[in-house]
Amino acid sequence: MNGANKGDWVQIHQIILKPEERAPQVPEDTKEVPLELWVKGFALHNADIGETVEIETVTGRKASGKLLAVNPRYIHSFGEFVPELLKIDAQLKEILYGGDKNE
Amino acid sequence: MNRDLSYSAVMSRKNEIMKKAIGIDYSVFESGSIAFDYERMMREAGYSLEEIQDIQSSVSVGNTPIIELRNLTALARKLAPKGKGARIFIKDEASNPSGSFKARRAANAVYHAKKHGYKGVIAATSGNYGAAVASQAAMQGLKCIIVQECYDSRMVGQPEILEKLRACEALGAEVVQLSVGPELFYTFLCLLEETGYFNASLYTPFGIAGVETLGYELAMQFREKIGRDPDKVVVTHAGGGNVTGTARGLIKAGAENVEVVGASVDLSGLHMASDKAFNKKSFTTGHTGFGLPFATWPDRADVPRNAARPLRYLDRYVLVRQGEVFYITEALAVLEGLERGPAGNTSLTAAFSLAQEMDEDQIIVVQETEYTGAGKHPMPQLSFAKQNGIDVRFGNPSEEVPGTNIILPEHPSQIKARDYDLKKAKLSYIKNCVNNNKVTEVNKADIDFLVKDAKTDEKFVTEALTELGIKLI
Repeated sequence: MNGANKGDWVQIHQIILKPEERAPQVPEDTKEVPLELWVKGFALHNADIGETVEIETVTGRKASGKLLAVNPRYIHSFGEFVPELLKIDAQLKEILYGGDKNE
Repeated sequence: MNRDLSYSAVMSRKNEIMKKAIGIDYSVFESGSIAFDYERMMREAGYSLEEIQDIQSSVSVGNTPIIELRNLTALARKLAPKGKGARIFIKDEASNPSGSFKARRAANAVYHAKKHGYKGVIAATSGNYGAAVASQAAMQGLKCIIVQECYDSRMVGQPEILEKLRACEALGAEVVQLSVGPELFYTFLCLLEETGYFNASLYTPFGIAGVETLGYELAMQFREKIGRDPDKVVVTHAGGGNVTGTARGLIKAGAENVEVVGASVDLSGLHMASDKAFNKKSFTTGHTGFGLPFATWPDRADVPRNAARPLRYLDRYVLVRQGEVFYITEALAVLEGLERGPAGNTSLTAAFSLAQEMDEDQIIVVQETEYTGAGKHPMPQLSFAKQNGIDVRFGNPSEEVPGTNIILPEHPSQIKARDYDLKKAKLSYIKNCVNNNKVTEVNKADIDFLVKDAKTDEKFVTEALTELGIKLI
Protein backbone atom coordinates (compact mmCIF):
# COMPACT_ATOMS: atom_id res chain seq x y z
CA MET A 1 0.00 0.00 0.00
CA ASN A 2 1.17 3.46 -0.84
CA GLY A 3 0.22 5.30 2.25
CA ALA A 4 0.94 6.29 5.81
CA ASN A 5 0.39 4.57 9.09
CA LYS A 6 -0.53 6.45 12.22
CA GLY A 7 2.64 8.01 13.62
CA ASP A 8 4.50 8.18 10.28
CA TRP A 9 6.33 11.39 9.31
CA VAL A 10 4.41 12.79 6.34
CA GLN A 11 4.03 15.79 4.06
CA ILE A 12 0.57 17.17 3.32
CA HIS A 13 -0.72 19.57 0.70
CA GLN A 14 -3.49 22.18 0.91
CA ILE A 15 -5.05 24.65 -1.49
CA ILE A 16 -5.20 27.96 0.42
CA LEU A 17 -6.73 30.18 -2.25
CA LYS A 18 -8.37 29.09 -5.51
CA PRO A 19 -7.30 31.01 -8.63
CA GLU A 20 -10.44 33.19 -8.47
CA GLU A 21 -9.70 34.07 -4.81
CA ARG A 22 -6.18 35.40 -5.39
CA ALA A 23 -5.21 38.91 -4.32
CA PRO A 24 -5.84 41.68 -6.87
CA GLN A 25 -2.16 42.77 -7.09
CA VAL A 26 -0.98 39.31 -8.20
CA PRO A 27 0.37 39.12 -11.78
CA GLU A 28 -1.78 37.40 -14.44
CA ASP A 29 0.19 34.13 -14.63
CA THR A 30 0.02 33.70 -10.86
CA LYS A 31 -3.75 34.40 -10.88
CA GLU A 32 -4.24 31.34 -13.07
CA VAL A 33 -2.96 28.99 -10.37
CA PRO A 34 -4.04 28.40 -6.76
CA LEU A 35 -2.04 29.39 -3.68
CA GLU A 36 -0.77 26.08 -2.32
CA LEU A 37 0.71 25.06 1.03
CA TRP A 38 2.87 22.14 2.13
CA VAL A 39 3.71 21.17 5.70
CA LYS A 40 5.09 18.10 7.47
CA GLY A 41 4.12 16.32 10.66
CA PHE A 42 3.18 12.97 12.22
CA ALA A 43 0.05 11.28 10.79
CA LEU A 44 -2.69 11.00 13.39
CA HIS A 45 -4.32 8.08 11.55
CA ASN A 46 -3.70 5.73 8.62
CA ALA A 47 -4.26 7.21 5.15
CA ASP A 48 -3.53 6.52 1.47
CA ILE A 49 -1.63 8.92 -0.74
CA GLY A 50 -4.08 11.57 -1.95
CA GLU A 51 -6.49 11.04 0.95
CA THR A 52 -7.14 13.70 3.56
CA VAL A 53 -5.05 13.14 6.65
CA GLU A 54 -4.69 14.99 9.92
CA ILE A 55 -1.19 15.60 11.26
CA GLU A 56 0.54 17.02 14.30
CA THR A 57 3.53 19.21 13.43
CA VAL A 58 6.74 19.48 15.49
CA THR A 59 5.36 22.54 17.26
CA GLY A 60 2.28 20.53 18.29
CA ARG A 61 -0.06 22.21 15.82
CA LYS A 62 -2.81 20.18 14.13
CA ALA A 63 -3.27 20.52 10.38
CA SER A 64 -5.00 18.52 7.71
CA GLY A 65 -4.59 18.14 3.98
CA LYS A 66 -4.04 15.63 1.19
CA LEU A 67 -1.32 13.10 1.95
CA LEU A 68 1.54 13.72 -0.47
CA ALA A 69 4.50 11.71 0.81
CA VAL A 70 5.74 9.55 3.66
CA ASN A 71 9.25 10.24 5.00
CA PRO A 72 9.80 12.82 2.22
CA ARG A 73 13.47 13.10 1.31
CA TYR A 74 15.38 16.31 0.67
CA ILE A 75 15.76 16.52 -3.09
CA HIS A 76 18.33 19.29 -3.44
CA SER A 77 21.95 18.44 -4.11
CA PHE A 78 24.98 19.94 -5.81
CA GLY A 79 23.16 19.47 -9.13
CA GLU A 80 24.79 18.53 -12.41
CA PHE A 81 28.49 19.20 -12.75
CA VAL A 82 29.12 22.66 -14.24
CA PRO A 83 32.39 22.49 -16.23
CA GLU A 84 32.38 26.28 -16.77
CA LEU A 85 33.53 26.62 -13.16
CA LEU A 86 36.77 24.75 -13.96
CA LYS A 87 37.48 27.22 -16.73
CA ILE A 88 37.07 30.11 -14.27
CA ASP A 89 39.43 28.44 -11.78
CA ALA A 90 42.13 27.92 -14.42
CA GLN A 91 41.80 31.46 -15.74
CA LEU A 92 42.08 33.02 -12.28
CA LYS A 93 45.27 31.10 -11.52
CA GLU A 94 46.72 31.89 -14.93
CA ILE A 95 46.15 35.65 -14.49
CA LEU A 96 47.42 35.76 -10.93
CA TYR A 97 50.34 33.33 -11.06
CA GLY A 98 50.92 33.20 -14.82
CA GLY A 99 53.34 31.11 -16.86
CA ASP A 100 53.83 27.38 -16.50
CA LYS A 101 51.69 25.71 -13.94
CA ASN A 102 53.18 23.91 -10.95
CA GLU A 103 56.66 25.20 -11.43
CA MET B 1 -13.73 30.09 18.92
CA ASN B 2 -15.25 30.86 15.55
CA ARG B 3 -12.89 33.24 13.85
CA ASP B 4 -13.66 34.07 10.24
CA LEU B 5 -10.63 32.70 8.36
CA SER B 6 -11.55 34.09 4.94
CA TYR B 7 -8.83 36.09 3.20
CA SER B 8 -10.60 39.43 3.58
CA ALA B 9 -11.55 38.84 7.23
CA VAL B 10 -8.03 37.89 8.27
CA MET B 11 -6.47 40.78 6.35
CA SER B 12 -8.88 43.19 8.04
CA ARG B 13 -7.67 41.94 11.45
CA LYS B 14 -4.04 42.62 10.42
CA ASN B 15 -3.34 45.50 12.83
CA GLU B 16 -4.87 43.76 15.80
CA ILE B 17 -2.98 40.50 15.09
CA MET B 18 0.30 42.33 14.61
CA LYS B 19 -0.02 44.33 17.79
CA LYS B 20 -0.39 41.13 19.82
CA ALA B 21 2.38 39.39 17.92
CA ILE B 22 5.01 42.14 18.27
CA GLY B 23 3.98 43.94 21.42
CA ILE B 24 5.00 47.38 20.15
CA ASP B 25 2.51 50.21 20.04
CA TYR B 26 3.83 51.99 16.96
CA SER B 27 1.21 54.75 17.23
CA VAL B 28 3.21 56.54 19.96
CA PHE B 29 5.95 57.29 17.43
CA GLU B 30 3.54 58.61 14.79
CA SER B 31 2.87 62.24 13.93
CA GLY B 32 -0.28 61.49 11.97
CA SER B 33 1.37 62.52 8.74
CA ILE B 34 4.49 61.44 6.85
CA ALA B 35 6.87 62.02 9.74
CA PHE B 36 7.44 59.59 12.59
CA ASP B 37 10.03 59.63 15.34
CA TYR B 38 12.47 57.02 14.06
CA GLU B 39 15.21 57.59 16.63
CA ARG B 40 12.74 57.49 19.49
CA MET B 41 11.37 54.20 18.16
CA MET B 42 14.88 52.76 17.95
CA ARG B 43 15.67 53.99 21.47
CA GLU B 44 12.48 53.01 23.27
CA ALA B 45 11.41 49.87 21.42
CA GLY B 46 14.90 48.58 20.78
CA TYR B 47 17.90 47.76 22.94
CA SER B 48 21.11 49.61 23.65
CA LEU B 49 24.30 48.47 21.95
CA GLU B 50 25.62 47.17 25.27
CA GLU B 51 22.48 45.13 25.94
CA ILE B 52 22.67 43.62 22.47
CA GLN B 53 26.33 42.73 22.88
CA ASP B 54 25.41 40.88 26.08
CA ILE B 55 22.47 39.08 24.46
CA GLN B 56 24.51 38.05 21.43
CA SER B 57 27.57 36.92 23.32
CA SER B 58 25.38 34.75 25.57
CA VAL B 59 24.33 32.79 22.47
CA SER B 60 27.73 32.84 20.71
CA VAL B 61 26.64 35.26 18.01
CA GLY B 62 28.99 37.91 16.61
CA ASN B 63 32.68 38.63 17.08
CA THR B 64 33.31 37.14 13.68
CA PRO B 65 36.81 37.36 12.22
CA ILE B 66 38.11 39.86 9.68
CA ILE B 67 40.11 38.23 6.89
CA GLU B 68 42.34 40.08 4.44
CA LEU B 69 41.85 38.78 0.90
CA ARG B 70 45.42 39.19 -0.33
CA ASN B 71 45.10 37.19 -3.53
CA LEU B 72 41.88 38.87 -4.64
CA THR B 73 43.54 42.20 -3.88
CA ALA B 74 46.53 41.16 -6.00
CA LEU B 75 44.18 40.17 -8.83
CA ALA B 76 42.33 43.49 -8.61
CA ARG B 77 45.68 45.35 -8.75
CA LYS B 78 46.66 43.47 -11.92
CA LEU B 79 43.50 44.83 -13.55
CA ALA B 80 43.61 48.34 -12.07
CA PRO B 81 45.59 51.39 -13.26
CA LYS B 82 49.01 51.78 -11.63
CA GLY B 83 48.78 52.76 -7.95
CA LYS B 84 45.14 51.68 -7.72
CA GLY B 85 43.67 48.63 -5.99
CA ALA B 86 42.59 49.00 -2.37
CA ARG B 87 43.19 46.25 0.18
CA ILE B 88 40.08 44.02 0.31
CA PHE B 89 38.94 42.57 3.63
CA ILE B 90 35.96 40.40 4.47
CA LYS B 91 34.06 39.95 7.72
CA ASP B 92 33.38 36.24 7.96
CA GLU B 93 29.79 36.28 9.18
CA ALA B 94 29.41 32.66 8.05
CA SER B 95 31.06 31.76 11.36
CA ASN B 96 27.90 32.73 13.25
CA PRO B 97 25.95 29.74 14.66
CA SER B 98 23.47 29.58 11.76
CA GLY B 99 26.03 30.48 9.10
CA SER B 100 25.11 34.10 8.33
CA PHE B 101 24.82 37.58 9.82
CA LYS B 102 21.09 36.96 10.25
CA ALA B 103 21.91 35.24 13.56
CA ARG B 104 22.42 38.76 14.94
CA ARG B 105 18.85 39.76 14.13
CA ALA B 106 17.42 36.46 15.28
CA ALA B 107 19.27 36.45 18.62
CA ASN B 108 17.57 39.68 19.61
CA ALA B 109 14.13 38.79 18.30
CA VAL B 110 14.08 35.44 20.09
CA TYR B 111 15.47 36.96 23.30
CA HIS B 112 12.76 39.62 23.20
CA ALA B 113 10.04 37.01 22.57
CA LYS B 114 11.21 34.88 25.47
CA LYS B 115 11.48 37.85 27.83
CA HIS B 116 7.89 38.78 27.07
CA GLY B 117 6.54 35.30 27.70
CA TYR B 118 5.83 34.16 24.16
CA LYS B 119 5.96 30.36 23.75
CA GLY B 120 7.25 30.46 20.21
CA VAL B 121 8.34 32.58 17.27
CA ILE B 122 7.21 32.79 13.65
CA ALA B 123 9.13 34.33 10.79
CA ALA B 124 8.21 34.74 7.15
CA THR B 125 11.40 34.19 5.17
CA SER B 126 12.83 32.04 2.39
CA GLY B 127 16.34 33.12 3.26
CA ASN B 128 19.10 32.68 5.83
CA TYR B 129 16.93 34.38 8.43
CA GLY B 130 14.83 31.19 8.73
CA ALA B 131 17.77 29.08 9.83
CA ALA B 132 18.90 31.93 12.10
CA VAL B 133 15.54 32.09 13.92
CA ALA B 134 15.35 28.29 14.09
CA SER B 135 18.86 28.15 15.55
CA GLN B 136 18.18 30.84 18.13
CA ALA B 137 14.80 29.32 19.07
CA ALA B 138 16.59 26.01 19.65
CA MET B 139 19.24 27.72 21.80
CA GLN B 140 16.76 29.73 23.82
CA GLY B 141 14.15 26.97 24.13
CA LEU B 142 11.21 28.41 22.16
CA LYS B 143 9.08 26.78 19.49
CA CYS B 144 9.58 27.99 15.94
CA ILE B 145 7.60 28.14 12.70
CA ILE B 146 9.17 29.40 9.47
CA VAL B 147 6.88 30.36 6.59
CA GLN B 148 8.63 30.28 3.24
CA GLU B 149 7.67 31.00 -0.36
CA CYS B 150 9.21 27.96 -1.96
CA TYR B 151 7.63 26.39 -5.01
CA ASP B 152 6.13 27.39 -8.33
CA SER B 153 2.87 25.76 -9.46
CA ARG B 154 4.82 22.68 -10.68
CA MET B 155 6.14 22.20 -7.11
CA VAL B 156 9.59 23.04 -8.38
CA GLY B 157 11.65 24.92 -5.80
CA GLN B 158 14.91 26.83 -6.02
CA PRO B 159 17.74 24.67 -4.65
CA GLU B 160 18.79 27.55 -2.39
CA ILE B 161 15.34 27.67 -0.74
CA LEU B 162 15.14 23.88 -0.45
CA GLU B 163 18.42 23.95 1.44
CA LYS B 164 16.98 26.51 3.82
CA LEU B 165 13.97 24.27 4.39
CA ARG B 166 16.36 21.47 5.31
CA ALA B 167 18.41 23.71 7.61
CA CYS B 168 15.31 24.97 9.46
CA GLU B 169 13.99 21.43 9.93
CA ALA B 170 17.41 20.22 11.03
CA LEU B 171 17.34 22.91 13.71
CA GLY B 172 13.96 21.70 14.95
CA ALA B 173 11.59 24.20 13.35
CA GLU B 174 8.27 23.58 11.63
CA VAL B 175 8.41 24.85 8.05
CA VAL B 176 5.24 25.91 6.27
CA GLN B 177 5.90 26.13 2.54
CA LEU B 178 3.86 28.10 0.05
CA SER B 179 3.66 28.58 -3.68
CA VAL B 180 4.49 31.94 -5.23
CA GLY B 181 2.50 34.98 -4.21
CA PRO B 182 2.20 37.89 -1.79
CA GLU B 183 -0.74 36.17 -0.07
CA LEU B 184 1.90 34.38 2.01
CA PHE B 185 1.17 37.23 4.40
CA TYR B 186 -2.39 35.90 4.87
CA THR B 187 -1.10 32.47 5.92
CA PHE B 188 1.45 34.19 8.17
CA LEU B 189 -1.32 36.15 9.93
CA CYS B 190 -3.45 32.99 10.31
CA LEU B 191 -0.51 31.23 11.99
CA LEU B 192 0.20 34.15 14.32
CA GLU B 193 -3.44 34.22 15.36
CA GLU B 194 -3.67 30.44 15.77
CA THR B 195 -0.51 30.04 17.86
CA GLY B 196 -0.15 33.35 19.70
CA TYR B 197 3.56 33.21 18.86
CA PHE B 198 5.82 36.24 18.49
CA ASN B 199 6.31 37.75 15.04
CA ALA B 200 10.09 37.56 14.70
CA SER B 201 9.95 40.10 11.89
CA LEU B 202 13.19 41.12 10.20
CA TYR B 203 12.15 44.74 10.50
CA THR B 204 11.52 45.47 14.19
CA PRO B 205 13.71 47.97 16.08
CA PHE B 206 15.40 45.14 17.98
CA GLY B 207 15.98 43.07 14.83
CA ILE B 208 17.78 45.99 13.20
CA ALA B 209 19.60 46.88 16.40
CA GLY B 210 20.94 43.31 16.27
CA VAL B 211 22.94 44.25 13.17
CA GLU B 212 24.41 47.38 14.79
CA THR B 213 26.95 45.18 16.55
CA LEU B 214 28.28 44.15 13.13
CA GLY B 215 29.18 47.70 12.14
CA TYR B 216 30.48 48.52 15.60
CA GLU B 217 32.68 45.41 15.81
CA LEU B 218 34.00 46.04 12.33
CA ALA B 219 35.19 49.54 13.24
CA MET B 220 36.77 48.31 16.47
CA GLN B 221 38.52 45.40 14.73
CA PHE B 222 40.07 47.73 12.15
CA ARG B 223 41.29 50.16 14.75
CA GLU B 224 42.93 47.28 16.59
CA LYS B 225 44.33 45.53 13.52
CA ILE B 226 45.23 48.39 11.15
CA GLY B 227 45.02 51.40 13.43
CA ARG B 228 42.31 53.21 11.52
CA ASP B 229 38.79 53.01 10.07
CA PRO B 230 38.30 51.51 6.62
CA ASP B 231 37.48 53.83 3.71
CA LYS B 232 34.50 51.95 2.32
CA VAL B 233 32.20 49.25 3.68
CA VAL B 234 30.19 47.32 1.09
CA VAL B 235 26.90 45.78 2.20
CA THR B 236 24.69 43.38 0.26
CA HIS B 237 21.33 45.12 0.11
CA ALA B 238 17.94 43.40 -0.02
CA GLY B 239 15.37 44.35 2.62
CA GLY B 240 17.54 47.14 4.02
CA GLY B 241 18.32 45.76 7.48
CA ASN B 242 21.90 44.88 6.68
CA VAL B 243 22.63 48.39 5.41
CA THR B 244 20.73 50.13 8.21
CA GLY B 245 22.14 48.11 11.10
CA THR B 246 25.72 48.15 9.83
CA ALA B 247 25.69 51.90 9.17
CA ARG B 248 24.14 52.63 12.58
CA GLY B 249 26.82 50.50 14.23
CA LEU B 250 29.58 52.36 12.40
CA ILE B 251 28.08 55.67 13.52
CA LYS B 252 27.88 54.42 17.12
CA ALA B 253 31.58 53.56 16.89
CA GLY B 254 32.26 57.11 15.70
CA ALA B 255 33.27 55.86 12.24
CA GLU B 256 31.13 58.46 10.54
CA ASN B 257 33.45 59.08 7.61
CA VAL B 258 33.30 55.53 6.30
CA GLU B 259 31.48 55.42 2.98
CA VAL B 260 28.57 52.93 3.10
CA VAL B 261 27.99 51.29 -0.27
CA GLY B 262 24.99 49.04 -0.91
CA ALA B 263 25.26 46.30 -3.54
CA SER B 264 22.52 44.18 -5.12
CA VAL B 265 22.31 41.64 -7.90
CA ASP B 266 20.54 43.22 -10.86
CA LEU B 267 17.35 41.24 -11.53
CA SER B 268 15.52 44.04 -13.30
CA GLY B 269 12.68 42.87 -15.51
CA LEU B 270 11.77 39.83 -13.41
CA HIS B 271 8.45 40.13 -11.55
CA MET B 272 8.92 38.79 -8.03
CA ALA B 273 5.32 37.57 -7.64
CA SER B 274 5.20 35.81 -11.00
CA ASP B 275 4.70 32.04 -10.96
CA LYS B 276 6.57 31.66 -14.26
CA ALA B 277 9.47 34.01 -13.40
CA PHE B 278 9.99 32.52 -9.92
CA ASN B 279 12.47 29.89 -11.05
CA LYS B 280 14.06 32.01 -13.77
CA LYS B 281 16.20 33.84 -11.25
CA SER B 282 19.31 32.32 -9.74
CA PHE B 283 19.46 34.46 -6.61
CA THR B 284 16.77 34.39 -3.96
CA THR B 285 18.05 37.37 -1.99
CA GLY B 286 20.47 40.28 -2.22
CA HIS B 287 18.81 41.35 -5.46
CA THR B 288 17.02 44.40 -6.84
CA GLY B 289 13.62 42.65 -6.53
CA PHE B 290 13.89 43.40 -2.80
CA GLY B 291 16.53 46.13 -2.85
CA LEU B 292 14.59 48.74 -4.81
CA PRO B 293 11.06 48.24 -3.41
CA PHE B 294 12.38 48.25 0.17
CA ALA B 295 14.54 51.32 -0.43
CA THR B 296 11.73 53.29 -2.04
CA TRP B 297 9.01 52.16 0.36
CA PRO B 298 10.38 50.51 3.52
CA ASP B 299 7.00 50.48 5.25
CA ARG B 300 5.80 47.72 2.94
CA ALA B 301 7.21 45.30 5.53
CA ASP B 302 5.29 43.08 7.97
CA VAL B 303 5.40 45.77 10.70
CA PRO B 304 3.70 49.21 10.63
CA ARG B 305 6.99 51.12 10.69
CA ASN B 306 10.07 49.47 9.29
CA ALA B 307 13.21 50.00 11.35
CA ALA B 308 15.29 49.22 8.25
CA ARG B 309 15.54 52.46 6.26
CA PRO B 310 18.35 52.03 3.73
CA LEU B 311 18.10 55.44 2.03
CA ARG B 312 18.82 57.04 5.38
CA TYR B 313 22.26 55.47 5.39
CA LEU B 314 23.38 54.65 1.85
CA ASP B 315 26.13 56.84 0.39
CA ARG B 316 26.20 54.90 -2.85
CA TYR B 317 24.28 51.99 -4.40
CA VAL B 318 25.76 49.70 -7.04
CA LEU B 319 24.48 46.73 -9.02
CA VAL B 320 26.27 43.61 -10.17
CA ARG B 321 25.20 40.74 -12.43
CA GLN B 322 24.43 37.13 -11.53
CA GLY B 323 27.27 35.77 -13.70
CA GLU B 324 29.76 38.09 -11.98
CA VAL B 325 28.75 36.92 -8.50
CA PHE B 326 29.20 33.27 -9.45
CA TYR B 327 32.62 34.11 -10.89
CA ILE B 328 33.73 35.89 -7.72
CA THR B 329 32.34 33.09 -5.54
CA GLU B 330 34.61 30.74 -7.47
CA ALA B 331 37.54 33.17 -7.06
CA LEU B 332 37.01 33.33 -3.29
CA ALA B 333 37.20 29.53 -3.17
CA VAL B 334 40.20 28.91 -5.42
CA LEU B 335 42.27 32.02 -4.67
CA GLU B 336 41.50 32.51 -0.99
CA GLY B 337 40.54 29.02 0.12
CA LEU B 338 37.17 30.21 1.41
CA GLU B 339 34.09 28.38 0.18
CA ARG B 340 31.14 30.64 0.91
CA GLY B 341 27.58 31.04 -0.43
CA PRO B 342 26.98 33.08 -3.59
CA ALA B 343 24.28 35.46 -2.29
CA GLY B 344 26.57 36.73 0.46
CA ASN B 345 29.26 37.38 -2.14
CA THR B 346 27.19 40.06 -3.90
CA SER B 347 29.00 42.77 -1.95
CA LEU B 348 32.36 41.08 -2.57
CA THR B 349 31.73 41.23 -6.30
CA ALA B 350 31.06 44.95 -6.04
CA ALA B 351 34.11 45.44 -3.79
CA PHE B 352 36.37 43.71 -6.31
CA SER B 353 35.39 46.35 -8.87
CA LEU B 354 35.30 49.32 -6.45
CA ALA B 355 38.78 48.46 -5.12
CA GLN B 356 40.14 49.13 -8.59
CA GLU B 357 38.92 52.77 -8.38
CA MET B 358 40.66 53.28 -5.03
CA ASP B 359 44.29 53.92 -4.11
CA GLU B 360 46.48 51.02 -3.00
CA ASP B 361 46.76 52.32 0.54
CA GLN B 362 42.99 52.48 0.98
CA ILE B 363 40.82 49.82 2.57
CA ILE B 364 37.51 48.35 1.41
CA VAL B 365 35.58 45.93 3.59
CA VAL B 366 32.94 43.40 2.64
CA GLN B 367 30.91 43.04 5.80
CA GLU B 368 29.47 39.54 5.36
CA THR B 369 29.79 36.00 4.09
CA GLU B 370 27.24 33.20 4.33
CA TYR B 371 27.56 29.42 4.57
CA THR B 372 27.51 27.24 1.48
CA GLY B 373 26.47 23.66 0.80
CA ALA B 374 24.09 21.56 -1.28
CA GLY B 375 21.65 23.86 -3.06
CA LYS B 376 23.49 27.03 -2.01
CA HIS B 377 26.54 26.95 -4.25
CA PRO B 378 27.42 27.97 -7.83
CA MET B 379 27.12 24.39 -9.06
CA PRO B 380 23.49 23.62 -8.09
CA GLN B 381 22.39 27.19 -8.76
CA LEU B 382 23.87 27.24 -12.26
CA SER B 383 22.71 23.74 -13.14
CA PHE B 384 19.20 24.64 -11.92
CA ALA B 385 19.30 27.71 -14.17
CA LYS B 386 20.25 25.53 -17.15
CA GLN B 387 17.37 23.13 -16.36
CA ASN B 388 14.98 26.08 -16.37
CA GLY B 389 15.99 27.18 -19.83
CA ILE B 390 18.48 29.88 -18.82
CA ASP B 391 21.40 30.19 -21.22
CA VAL B 392 24.58 29.96 -19.12
CA ARG B 393 27.62 31.06 -21.10
CA PHE B 394 30.80 33.12 -21.12
CA GLY B 395 30.60 36.62 -22.54
CA ASN B 396 30.26 40.21 -21.40
CA PRO B 397 28.18 40.26 -18.19
CA SER B 398 26.99 43.78 -19.02
CA GLU B 399 24.80 42.10 -21.64
CA GLU B 400 23.17 39.72 -19.16
CA VAL B 401 19.34 39.69 -19.30
CA PRO B 402 17.82 38.37 -16.04
CA GLY B 403 15.52 35.42 -16.71
CA THR B 404 17.06 34.77 -20.14
CA ASN B 405 20.75 34.20 -19.57
CA ILE B 406 23.56 34.20 -17.05
CA ILE B 407 26.74 35.57 -18.53
CA LEU B 408 29.93 34.53 -16.79
CA PRO B 409 32.66 37.09 -17.46
CA GLU B 410 35.15 36.06 -20.12
CA HIS B 411 37.73 37.96 -18.11
CA PRO B 412 37.61 39.34 -14.54
CA SER B 413 38.24 42.86 -15.93
CA GLN B 414 34.60 42.78 -17.11
CA ILE B 415 33.29 42.65 -13.51
CA LYS B 416 31.78 46.05 -12.80
CA ALA B 417 29.96 47.70 -9.93
CA ARG B 418 27.37 49.74 -11.89
CA ASP B 419 26.09 52.81 -10.10
CA TYR B 420 22.37 53.08 -9.48
CA ASP B 421 21.35 56.73 -9.21
CA LEU B 422 20.21 57.15 -5.61
CA LYS B 423 18.46 60.40 -6.54
CA LYS B 424 15.97 58.33 -8.52
CA ALA B 425 15.31 56.12 -5.48
CA LYS B 426 14.95 59.18 -3.23
CA LEU B 427 12.41 60.83 -5.53
CA SER B 428 10.48 57.60 -5.72
CA TYR B 429 10.54 57.30 -1.93
CA ILE B 430 9.17 60.83 -1.46
CA LYS B 431 6.43 60.09 -3.98
CA ASN B 432 5.53 56.87 -2.15
CA CYS B 433 5.39 58.76 1.16
CA VAL B 434 2.90 61.20 -0.35
CA ASN B 435 0.77 58.53 -2.01
CA ASN B 436 0.73 55.96 0.78
CA ASN B 437 -0.01 58.55 3.48
CA LYS B 438 -2.59 60.18 1.16
CA VAL B 439 -1.42 63.71 1.99
CA THR B 440 -2.07 66.88 -0.01
CA GLU B 441 -0.02 69.14 2.22
CA VAL B 442 3.02 68.64 4.41
CA ASN B 443 4.47 70.59 7.33
CA LYS B 444 7.99 71.44 8.47
CA ALA B 445 8.23 68.25 10.57
CA ASP B 446 7.45 66.14 7.51
CA ILE B 447 10.09 67.94 5.47
CA ASP B 448 12.70 67.52 8.22
CA PHE B 449 11.81 63.83 8.42
CA LEU B 450 12.16 63.36 4.66
CA VAL B 451 15.51 65.19 4.62
CA LYS B 452 16.83 62.68 7.16
CA ASP B 453 15.07 59.60 5.85
CA ALA B 454 16.26 60.16 2.28
CA LYS B 455 19.69 61.47 3.39
CA THR B 456 19.32 64.61 1.33
CA ASP B 457 18.75 68.36 1.79
CA GLU B 458 15.74 70.58 2.21
CA LYS B 459 15.96 71.92 -1.33
CA PHE B 460 15.76 68.44 -2.84
CA VAL B 461 12.73 67.52 -0.71
CA THR B 462 10.78 70.75 -1.24
CA GLU B 463 11.40 70.66 -4.99
CA ALA B 464 10.24 67.04 -5.16
CA LEU B 465 7.11 67.84 -3.14
CA THR B 466 6.31 70.92 -5.21
CA GLU B 467 6.71 68.85 -8.38
CA LEU B 468 4.11 66.44 -6.94
CA GLY B 469 1.70 69.35 -6.35
CA ILE B 470 1.94 69.14 -2.56
CA LYS B 471 1.28 72.27 -0.51
CA LEU B 472 4.03 73.15 1.98
CA ILE B 473 2.63 74.60 5.22
